Amino acid sequence: MSPSHFVALAVILFVIGAVGVLVRRNAMVIFMCVELMLNAVNLAFVAFARQQGNLDGQVIAFFVMVVAAAEVVVGLAILMTIFRARRSASVDEANLLKY
Amino acid sequence: MTAGHLLAAGQAESTGASVTFWILAVISVLAGLGMILARRAVHCAVLLAVVMLSLAILYAVAGAPFLAFVQIIVYTGAVLMLFLFVLMIVGVSTKDSLRETIPGQRLAAGVAAIALLVLLSLIIGHAAIGPAAPGGTRFGVNNVRGLATLIFTKYVFPFEVTAALLITAALGAMVLAHRERTAPKPTQRDLSEQRVAGSHPTPLPGPGVYARHNAVDFPALLPDGTPAALSVSPIIAQRAAESEGGLPAPPLPPGGAVPLPPGNGESAATDGDAERESAGTAPAGTGQAGTEPGGARS
Repeated sequence: MSPSHFVALAVILFVIGAVGVLVRRNAMVIFMCVELMLNAVNLAFVAFARQQGNLDGQVIAFFVMVVAAAEVVVGLAILMTIFRARRSASVDEANLLKY
Repeated sequence: MTAGHLLAAGQAESTGASVTFWILAVISVLAGLGMILARRAVHCAVLLAVVMLSLAILYAVAGAPFLAFVQIIVYTGAVLMLFLFVLMIVGVSTKDSLRETIPGQRLAAGVAAIALLVLLSLIIGHAAIGPAAPGGTRFGVNNVRGLATLIFTKYVFPFEVTAALLITAALGAMVLAHRERTAPKPTQRDLSEQRVAGSHPTPLPGPGVYARHNAVDFPALLPDGTPAALSVSPIIAQRAAESEGGLPAPPLPPGGAVPLPPGNGESAATDGDAERESAGTAPAGTGQAGTEPGGARS
């Protein structure tokens, strides 16, 4: 199982996540798609670590996981605040700064 | 053990890894596609769990058993549960509308996605990623030891910064989730007065006619034989009306047991729209927001 297969899968998952971020309008789903992109990047890091034969890529993937967890916590708190004010989780609703 | 045995064992291992990889690759890509196509956010969360579990097994296959466990514990266990909790608060049964709010957005997103895919494919096609280097037991039994050595020697400063990041994130979440109290806290007297002030000071009638049915979706009978509408939860009545294929149940009187959360199902979504437009929170200046009564809600 060569690492290039893993990197190809990571590319596909990253593009799927990017499409989700662009297309969906529910903020929760957008967050989930961001998580999917982060996971894809983690997979690429793990594959490159395997290819290089050292563990630095795995350490970086570990740090990416920590950052993703922090991002989810703050993002969901912001989402709850927006939902409390607007009664909606749609990103189209948060448009007070638009005009 | 001879070299032939070792070679055969290695080949068998790589065959098993290939089979695992292809099965999980197909599963994760299909789940990812389903994630961006599913209309309900809960389905998206479940499909994301499938992707994350597949990736955890792929990490284990790629020689990262510690990351596989961290993936399951942190992502599937903590992050996804957090997503599900927030989904429960925001509204489980909300659906994304399929109407485009920006004309041509999906087409542009598709073009951009294909361009990104081509770009990334060209990059990794030119990169000449070689086969896996012999890493020894660092990708097996000594994985945790190797990672710990790296984290606490070479990456010790990022590790400490990570601690600061986590504390900041926790504090930020607490600050953001904190609700400033603008009115004085209701006392026990206020609460009891609120309870009696409504049109229904007593508890609502219980559902079910015990001689023939004993179910929460069956209304109780009044003394004159007519069903009591107040005895059935409005959510159950609405679900029953929707599952029978008919129109959603009309909104219940304000004395109903449970107020419907906004955005709960189709009818509640349109009700919420009407409320929102009448309240004037929707920008009336844009023709787009005015001309789409049921869209743009998710």
